Amino acid sequence: MTVLNWEFIAKYLPLYREAAWLTLRLGLIGIALSILIGLICAIVQYDKVPVLRRIVGAYIELSRNTPLLIQLFFIYYGLPKLGIRTDPASCGIAGLAFLGGSYMAEAFRSGLEAVDAVQLESAYSLGMTKWQAMWYVILPQAASISVPAFMANVIFLLKETSVFSAVSLMDLMFTAKDLIGLYSKTTECLFLLVVFYLLILLPVSILGSVLERRLRHAGFGA
Amino acid sequence: MSQPLLSISHLTKKFGDNVILNDISFTVEQGEVIVIIGPSGCGKSTLLRCINALEPIQGGEIALGGDVIDRSANNLPALRRRIGMVFQSYELFPHLTVIDNILLAPCKVLRRKREEARAEALTLLKRVGLLEKEHSYPRELSGGQKQRVAIVRALCMHPEILLFDEVTAALDPEMVREVLDVVLDLARQGRTMLIVTHEMQFARAIADRVLFLDGGRIAEQAPPEEFFEHPKTERARQFLNMFEFDAVKSPREAEQPAACGTAEQDRTGD
Repeated sequence: MTVLNWEFIAKYLPLYREAAWLTLRLGLIGIALSILIGLICAIVQYDKVPVLRRIVGAYIELSRNTPLLIQLFFIYYGLPKLGIRTDPASCGIAGLAFLGGSYMAEAFRSGLEAVDAVQLESAYSLGMTKWQAMWYVILPQAASISVPAFMANVIFLLKETSVFSAVSLMDLMFTAKDLIGLYSKTTECLFLLVVFYLLILLPVSILGSVLERRLRHAGFGA
Repeated sequence: MSQPLLSISHLTKKFGDNVILNDISFTVEQGEVIVIIGPSGCGKSTLLRCINALEPIQGGEIALGGDVIDRSANNLPALRRRIGMVFQSYELFPHLTVIDNILLAPCKVLRRKREEARAEALTLLKRVGLLEKEHSYPRELSGGQKQRVAIVRALCMHPEILLFDEVTAALDPEMVREVLDVVLDLARQGRTMLIVTHEMQFARAIADRVLFLDGGRIAEQAPPEEFFEHPKTERARQFLNMFEFDAVKSPREAEQPAACGTAEQDRTGD
């Protein structure tokens, strides 16, 4: 059992920092897009929009029941064959958004459905249009109900970025594998990998519990 | 008389093959207070929901001041603004304070200035005795207080007619009065109201006209004195008898099992 080689760790720390930054940046853009896609899909399903609702349903099943790695391969190797040029970074973002959109849609939809339907009628009877009722009455209540599922999805999606290395993005996973291949310092490389993932994910996790606690104190329940 | 404020003609409402409202026709004049009573499941609440276009109807027509209320029409929100509705379960918005509950629609729908609308809201809150609850959340209020806020919220839209759907049915007995007093006050102000209730004393005190609904039809329609003293139909007599307890007590003291039997039948009958 060897003790960690701290000299090695210090030397390659900046490389990991850069990779962590890439992971975080792509992850956050992908998650932002996931939220947008998820919100649209959830409203389409909640509102039972004809036709669109079926398309959204099919997308959600496709996206949730295939691994991100396969989705990325399809975007990275498949789309160029159809004449669509892609670079690794936009590939990673698109893949994450494609996967995350469906998870977010399910989180938001369960929140929307948990709001009592009479609330909508109450808003209508005050003369609100459908959009006013959604925006001022239903969405704020649904959002607070969705927070736990939403935060779980954020953490899940940030962890999923670890397959980005498969499309030659120099993220944390790629850096670790690369350095292991070059120097065989497996323990140090994996140690750094774990530390950096924790550095990214722990604050998100803590933020999630704080948010949940505060919402529970707000105690919307009538 | 001039054009009625609300006119309902040949209204039919079905859930599948189940006919809930069967060819209902009546009108409501400006300033009139109409109380709708009847056994549960007779379609009272559904009638109110149809007027507010919360339910699609399968036949007939509902018109407010000459404008037909049509669920698919673009002007539906504009028409609903003219109709205030108070629900049995209050339906305050739990994420907003009392004042924000009241001001949401006036500010966002009618585009009124917040300060001016707030001044009106505070006057009304004071009138229902809830001025100090301005910044409370609905969860901090009792049922009776919530219902009074819901009434103020409806009033702040300046509706031409108010619909009350069993507004005291979910309340503890000691809170019923505080809500009914507010409604009585509104009647004194000459508001046009359509009230579904199970409070017979209240119905008698407030109504200009009583509609007795049974099996989806208007079985009887009369001024309250006439309806409560001399109901014309057998069904109405039976219904009103359920609220009389001395009639139940004397046969029991005399131990007449047959009389108890009919009382039970009445109860299961609705």
